[in-house]
Amino acid sequence: MAKFRGAITVNEERCKGCNLCVAACPTGVLALQAREVNNRGYHYAYMANAEACIACMSCALVCPDACIEVYRVENK
Amino acid sequence: MELNEIIRPENRIYAKPALLNEAHMHYCPGCSHGVVHKLVAEVIEEMGAAEYSIGISPVGCAVFAYNYIDIDWLEAAHGRATAMATAVKRLMPDKLVFTYQGDGDFAAIGTCESIHACNRGENIAIIFINNAIYGMTGGQMAPTTLLGQPTATCPYGRRADLNGYPLSITPLLSQLDGTCYVTRQSVHTPGAVRKTRAALKRAFENSIACRGTSVVEVVSTCNSGWKMAPERANEWMVEHMFEKYPLGDLKVNDK
Repeated sequence: MAKFRGAITVNEERCKGCNLCVAACPTGVLALQAREVNNRGYHYAYMANAEACIACMSCALVCPDACIEVYRVENK
Repeated sequence: MELNEIIRPENRIYAKPALLNEAHMHYCPGCSHGVVHKLVAEVIEEMGAAEYSIGISPVGCAVFAYNYIDIDWLEAAHGRATAMATAVKRLMPDKLVFTYQGDGDFAAIGTCESIHACNRGENIAIIFINNAIYGMTGGQMAPTTLLGQPTATCPYGRRADLNGYPLSITPLLSQLDGTCYVTRQSVHTPGAVRKTRAALKRAFENSIACRGTSVVEVVSTCNSGWKMAPERANEWMVEHMFEKYPLGDLKVNDK
């Protein structure tokens, strides 16, 4: 079991759907919305597999638009 | 554990730096500029230098950098950012002065100013984004374009006999006595982003401490200009760019 449990929030209006966070995530948490779009027409990222997040911050570090906030708690 | 138990302010470990404002960045999806903007904002915030930082934005894709990071900015004529930074730093030696330039600005039209500012050892930090193409004007060949790389103005790839060789300007600058810290980084993986952040911080500290010129080259992607998806552009950069532009410190003489 991973030491930390994590979660992220995506600023959906700021996201441009570039997919870099999806590629950077080591545990396959993220995906782009298949049908939903934001006001600018981008398929924004979301947590498709939320349980797998380990709060490693990889997605937030590579995000060019700083849309991702990361939260972390210790696994008890 | 439920998500709403995790997503609480006390558990937050990463968020957008406050200096990076809410304005929607005009860069294409996946552009490396966004990551470097974020790092500049983070580092200045961490150093508490927002009140005494002056950035010089170039002509090129990063021309609107002043719209996104809430510090003082000046807009230079094309290629002349290092000349303007020289004036600013000499008039206000206690400020953190840095330029933010692309390869078309720094290594093409501004080569003269860039080399002489580094040779004089002006106490500025230079952030040099090298994506091997003219991004803003539509993907034309730049001096940094790799041999064989197709662009709008060399659709069959750059040829040495016709177009000359790609210009690797950072090693050249590292040979000048005026530079104190010359490094080449990238932002394609989380690890590379962390390294670039450390390099930027070091360059900014050198500017404040007046140790000489610091140059941080960031080997970047231009997925629109290269006509690739952002992920593929990162892979292409690793496969092709790093051969000509290998990452690492080129000169460390800032102690």
